Amino acid sequence: MLHLKLGRVGCLLTRRAMVALTDSGARLSTHGHHEVSDQLDMSQPMYWDRLDTPLPDRPWKDVLDATDKSLKQKEKGPWSALSKEEKIALYRLKFNHTYPEMKRPSQEWKTVIGGMFIFFGITGLVVIWQSFYVYPPQPPTFGEDWQAKQVQRMLDMRINPIEGFSAKWDYEKKQWK
Amino acid sequence: MVRERRDLYSLPDAPLASRCYSHSKVETDEEFDARWVTYFSKPDIDAWELKKGMNTLIGYDLVPEPKIVDSALRACRRLNDLASAIRILEAVKDKSGPHKDIYPYLIQELKPTLTELGISTPEELGMDKL
Repeated sequence: MLHLKLGRVGCLLTRRAMVALTDSGARLSTHGHHEVSDQLDMSQPMYWDRLDTPLPDRPWKDVLDATDKSLKQKEKGPWSALSKEEKIALYRLKFNHTYPEMKRPSQEWKTVIGGMFIFFGITGLVVIWQSFYVYPPQPPTFGEDWQAKQVQRMLDMRINPIEGFSAKWDYEKKQWK
Repeated sequence: MVRERRDLYSLPDAPLASRCYSHSKVETDEEFDARWVTYFSKPDIDAWELKKGMNTLIGYDLVPEPKIVDSALRACRRLNDLASAIRILEAVKDKSGPHKDIYPYLIQELKPTLTELGISTPEELGMDKL
């Protein structure tokens, strides 16, 4: 049950996306002689290209002109009488994209990575500006002299003389081991 | 063909559950196939039933047996719907995923039906390329 229900939920969630993606071609083809509304009527059966839904609720092209109608008539007869072009035309009447077209790779990843780096760059600029204009002056304890005196004081106090800090100082030769 | 457990809510006429914790019978592969062949063999099947059946079948974690696809293609013929027949072939090819040897086997098994009904494969129509 799970994978079917998820498919349906995913289906519902993608409907919002499909509103943008089921291009005006779909809308125009369904609203032949009716007034064209700006919004897609979601109470009507919709078309979508999905790998897991091979047969959508309605055909791609609803409003058929005379050539299409005659082709549909021919479809009622033996299919071996149809030429390759006619078969392809029948497919294209009912469906928008073929499976390979649905699965075609997009270049979206480049936009994503590029956008990421742009934002990293902007953040970097903000950080640099901040270090000049926002941070207070550095405390005196960071200065070279202060640090040297601090190290000497720690050695004099024999900080961690067995395994740590002072253990690494050679008191005879007055240098680091 | 490798299969997962089927769900209870597949079709209105599917009485069998196949969850391990139930005490009811587990459906065998043959029973599953037979059920689907019967579904598509309905003489007065309508377009909605074909749609519902195919979309449900493709939702399962399996590639349908040739006899099920054959039954579905014949249903398309009764509905005068060549486009859906080609779409079904595309869908089962997609279902095989990385196993590239399943689809040629299917086509080989379906060849008599395809010639009889005059269905061209997507490859013959050049629709398997972008």
